[in-house]
Amino acid sequence: MTTQLAVDNVSIRYGKVEAVHRISLAVGMGQIVTVIGPNGAGKTTLLSAIMGLLPFHGEIRFEGQSLANASIEDRVENGLCLVPERRELFAEMSVADNLQLGAFCRYRRRDRTIRASLDDVYALFPRLAERREQLAGTLSGGERQMLALGRALMSKPRLLMLDEPSLGLAPRIVKEIFHTIAALQATGVSILLVEQNARVALQVADTGYVLETGELVLSGPSAELAHNPRVAQSYLGQSA
Amino acid sequence: MNLQIAALLAQDGLTNGAIYALLALALVLVFAVTRVVFVPQGEFVAFGALSLAALQNGAVPKTIWLLLAMAVIATILELVALARRRAAARAYMLAVAGWLVAPALVAALLWFAAPLKLALGWQVCLAILSVTAIGPLLYRIAIQPVAQGSVLVLLIVAVAVHFVLGGMGLLFFGAEGSRTPAFTDAMYQLGGINVSGQSLYVYGVSALAIGGLYWAFSQTLYGKALMATAFNRVGARLVGISPNFAGALTLTVAAALGAFSGVLIGPITTVYYDSGFLVGLKGFVGAIIGGLVSYPLAAAGALLIGLIESYASFWASQYKEVIVFTLIIPVLLWRSLKTRHHEEDQ
Ligand SMILES: Nc1ncnc2c1ncn2[C@@H]1O[C@H](COP(=O)(O)OP(=O)(O)O)[C@@H](O)[C@H]1O
Ligand SMILES: [Mg+2]
Repeated sequence: MTTQLAVDNVSIRYGKVEAVHRISLAVGMGQIVTVIGPNGAGKTTLLSAIMGLLPFHGEIRFEGQSLANASIEDRVENGLCLVPERRELFAEMSVADNLQLGAFCRYRRRDRTIRASLDDVYALFPRLAERREQLAGTLSGGERQMLALGRALMSKPRLLMLDEPSLGLAPRIVKEIFHTIAALQATGVSILLVEQNARVALQVADTGYVLETGELVLSGPSAELAHNPRVAQSYLGQSA
Repeated sequence: MNLQIAALLAQDGLTNGAIYALLALALVLVFAVTRVVFVPQGEFVAFGALSLAALQNGAVPKTIWLLLAMAVIATILELVALARRRAAARAYMLAVAGWLVAPALVAALLWFAAPLKLALGWQVCLAILSVTAIGPLLYRIAIQPVAQGSVLVLLIVAVAVHFVLGGMGLLFFGAEGSRTPAFTDAMYQLGGINVSGQSLYVYGVSALAIGGLYWAFSQTLYGKALMATAFNRVGARLVGISPNFAGALTLTVAAALGAFSGVLIGPITTVYYDSGFLVGLKGFVGAIIGGLVSYPLAAAGALLIGLIESYASFWASQYKEVIVFTLIIPVLLWRSLKTRHHEEDQ
């Protein structure tokens, strides 16, 4: 399998404090890879650095190209996309406008299939279609997450990074979102999924990594990880 | 004061107010997208009016030299930035086309068209075009390098740009003022009150410009992209809207609005190289009434400033500027009491 994203010996610091220490991981083409770990482990920090929101030491390559000199916009243009923990929607704008703006890069290069992508997103999330004129700021938590996912999909990413998509959502909605994530994989999108909710994350992922206080402590196929006694005890709430 | 005079003053006030409204909208837009309190907005006004005056005389507006110099500087800055990022060859070509060739074409157009003494409408277009082209260059050279700075740093840069452009204005247009001819000499009788065609012109095109802005920002994707940047910078970057792109586009719009205002104000008062500042400042007071965030309030505030100024000039003409600018104090007090403080610079 070809590697799509390669994170090699990456450290990230906030001023003097190192939040992520020398971690390496890889996402294969078409794979779902999850990084699980407790609150404050450095998951959001890692995704922020991959997306270009934070500077990093070490090497990150996306489809063979180093991301050291690439801006956030370059990354989006090249098919990398992040749904951040805080969603960062345009609260004062309508659902339809948020989705349309998701395709900004494609619009600039005169992609003629944006309309079709919009229909795809509405088919994936019929609830967004019903609320297309509603302001994003007035949506419920689950709908906001759907909109954030939909907006990301409008850029036609080849690698989608999701920061805690289950955060603050009711179990039924979480199930729905993860259903969508699995369906996305079937369309050929690779996914780097960061979660505290290890149970659902390991169910949907091919490969998993465990991040604790900025360091990777375990990795492997997610089925194996789910049976690892340490993971079972700390993250799945089972006694070893 | 009788009704006749009151109506006349209102007409004058609204004419100026409409122009201030355009400037107020530009200021709110620039602040929302770039966080710059755009002090040099008035320079665009003076440049617009004086360029039109030059074209009226068949002379080339000397601002084209500024345009060319800025194009060269911006191109060098851009090429150096691209080299640092080890960009692809295509990016260099696009940079040269956008930052060097396009402004040069505008300058060339002015150079060849100016002696032809085209019809007033064409001259207006040329004057606005030549000033508009300065907008994105100004962003690239002066603002982009400090775009991450605090609001205070950005304000200091804006003040510096104001002085530099003011000096350029003196250099290019001289110390004498100019007045451009009215678009129309027509006079109408409305219910016993004289209404000048020129005023109606200003109301009409200002309303059209404001309507056009509203359409652009609510219907076009580039307009929405600017709004998105203003609402949520990080969110905008994550969908691929570069803050530099948004900033350059915003300053293009601001320059166009400034030049447009200048063309409108040219026939009303004699414009000097430094007249823009005071006009811009009145737009700014309007924008402040809107808290630098609300477009309708900013426009309404600017209209109000125009009216107050007009009546003040009737009762106490020496004090009209004092009255207008003193007005800002109660408004600021009222606003600071009303709005809760939110953190600047997220
Ligand atoms: N902006 C910041 N400045 C300083 N420290 C930060 C900042 N953001 C996060 N941190 C610290 O970095 C560590 C990792 O945080 P984060 O990546 O948000 O963890 P996670 O997403 O796994 O919950 C934490 O110790 C947190 O306190
Ligand atoms: Mg997090």
